[in-house]
Amino acid sequence: MRRRNRAIYAPLWLTYLFFYVPIAVMVVMSFNSSDAPFSFEGFSLKWYGTLAQNDNVLQGLVNTLIVAVSTTVIATVVGTMLAVGLARYTRSKILEALGTLPAILPELMLAVGLIIFYSTVQFTLGLHSVLLAHLTFGIPLVAVVVRVRLASMDMSLEEASRDLGAGAVATFLRITLPGLMPGVAAGALLAFTFSLDEFVLAFFTAEPTQPTLPMVIYSMIRFGVTPDINALATILLVVSFTAVIAVQRMTRLTESFR
Amino acid sequence: MSGNLTKASETSRRPRGWGRAAAAAFFLTPGLIALIVLAIVPMILMLTYMFFPRGRFGGVVYEFTLENFERLSDPLYLGVIGDSFVIAGTVTLLALLIGYPAAYAIAQLPPRWKTIALLAIMLPFWTNFLIRIYAWIVLLSGPGLVNGALTGIGLIDEPLDLLYNEGTIVLGLLYGYLSLMILPIYSAVEKLDPRLREASANLGASPARTFFSVTLPLTLPSALIGAVLVFVPSFGNYVVPELLGGGKAIMLGNMIRDQFLKARDWPFGATLSLVMIVITFILLIAQAVASRRVRNA
Repeated sequence: MRRRNRAIYAPLWLTYLFFYVPIAVMVVMSFNSSDAPFSFEGFSLKWYGTLAQNDNVLQGLVNTLIVAVSTTVIATVVGTMLAVGLARYTRSKILEALGTLPAILPELMLAVGLIIFYSTVQFTLGLHSVLLAHLTFGIPLVAVVVRVRLASMDMSLEEASRDLGAGAVATFLRITLPGLMPGVAAGALLAFTFSLDEFVLAFFTAEPTQPTLPMVIYSMIRFGVTPDINALATILLVVSFTAVIAVQRMTRLTESFR
Repeated sequence: MSGNLTKASETSRRPRGWGRAAAAAFFLTPGLIALIVLAIVPMILMLTYMFFPRGRFGGVVYEFTLENFERLSDPLYLGVIGDSFVIAGTVTLLALLIGYPAAYAIAQLPPRWKTIALLAIMLPFWTNFLIRIYAWIVLLSGPGLVNGALTGIGLIDEPLDLLYNEGTIVLGLLYGYLSLMILPIYSAVEKLDPRLREASANLGASPARTFFSVTLPLTLPSALIGAVLVFVPSFGNYVVPELLGGGKAIMLGNMIRDQFLKARDWPFGATLSLVMIVITFILLIAQAVASRRVRNA
C-alpha cells in the first residue's frame, strides 16, 4: 500500500523539476563571475552592478512603476466597487459577464481592439494609454478576488449593523469594507504583479520611446543572451514570489480551489 | 430548508427603492463604464474594421468591402491557422497528460503540504512570462546547459539545434500554461467524495477500474475547463513563437501582430482576430457548459 502511495507522487516531482530547474539555472547564472553566459565560473554580484548602470533598464523600470502603481490604485478602488455592486446589488448575468469577460479574452485581442480604438478617437499614446490598457485586465482581476472574499463573508454582521440603526454608508464603511480588506489587499497585489509583468498590451499601446520594463526585457532577449538579463530576471522573480506568498497569507488563495 | 431561510432574510433586510438604486449605480457605474469603453467598444470597432479596405498608413478607408474575408481562404493563412491549432492542441494534450497525475497527487497529500504544493504550482504562473521563456533559451541554446550536459556524457559530439522549432514552441507554451491545467483538476479531485471510491472498491473493482469508472468521469468536466484555460492563451500566443520559434510567423498570433505593427493592414488583422475570437468563444461556451456540470455534480 505504502509503495503504491509513493509512486503516485512521481509525476508531481517531475512537474516541479520541469517548473523550477530552468528558473534555478537562471538565478545561479545571475551570480556568475564570468561573462560566459552558460558556464558557472565563480560567485560575483557584478551583473547586478551592470544592471544598475543600464539606463534603458532604469528608465523602463521607472515607466513600469508609474504604470503599475496607477493601475493598482485605480483597479483596486474601481474593482472593489464593482465586486460589491455585482455581489450585493444586481443579479444580472449580463453585467456579471461584462465584469469578467475582459479578463478571459486573449490579451492580444484586447491589445488589437485598443490600438484600433485609440486610433479612431485619435488618442495620443504614452504611459497613460498603457495604464488604460492595464485597467481592462486589472479591474476584473481585483473584482474576482474581492468577490471570493465577499462570498465567504457573514452577511449577518451587515444585517445586525442595519438593524441597530446604522445607515447604509456607515455599515459599508465600518463593517463591509474592513471585512473585505484581505481580499482588497490581495487583489491589489495581484493587479500590481500583473501590471509589472505585462508585455502584450504594453507592446501594442505604448509610445515606443517610452517602453515599460517588460518591453525593454523583450528587446534585450531578442538581441541575445547577456548575463545582466539573469540578474534582472532574478530580481523580478523575488518580487513576484514575495507578492504571491503575501497574497496567500492574506487570503489563503489556495483554499479557493477546494 | 436553512438555505431558504437565509435567502429570505437576506432579501427582506436589503435596503430598497431609490437608495438601493443609487447605491447600485454608485458601485457599478465606474467599473462597467471603464470596461465598456476599454474592452467592449474596441471589440465592436474591430468587428466593423473587417468590412473596410486598408488605409495607406494603417487605419481604414471607409468603403464597404468583403475582400478581407476572401483573403482568409488563402491556403497560406488557412495553413497558419491549422498549424496554430495543432500546436495549441499538442500543448493542451501534453498539459492534460502531465497535469492530471500531478493534480491527483497533490490531492492525496496531507493538508499541510497541500498548501505548499499548490503555491509551488501557482508561483511560476505569476512570474514574468518573458523571463520564464528566457530561462529556456538559457538552457537550450547552442552553448547552453542541455547541450553541455549531453556532450559531457558523450551522447553527442556537436551541439544540437534545440531552439527555434515547433517542438520548442510547444515546450515554451506548456511551461507557460501547465499551472492552469493542474489547478482545476486538483479542485475536482479534492471535492470527490471518498466514499464513492470506497464503495467501488468494496464492490470488488480493482483500483484501475475504480479510477476509470468513478474518478475519471467525475473529474473530466474540470479537465475540460483546464484544457480551455491552456488552449486559449496557447492558440493566441505570439511571444513564444517569436522568442523560441525564431521569429518565423508560424502562429495566428504572429500573423495578427504583423498585420497591425508591420504590414499596417489593420482590416485584415481584424479579420484574422475574428477567427481567434470565434474560436475563443466556442471554447468558452464549452467551458461554461462543463463548469455547470461541475457545480451540479
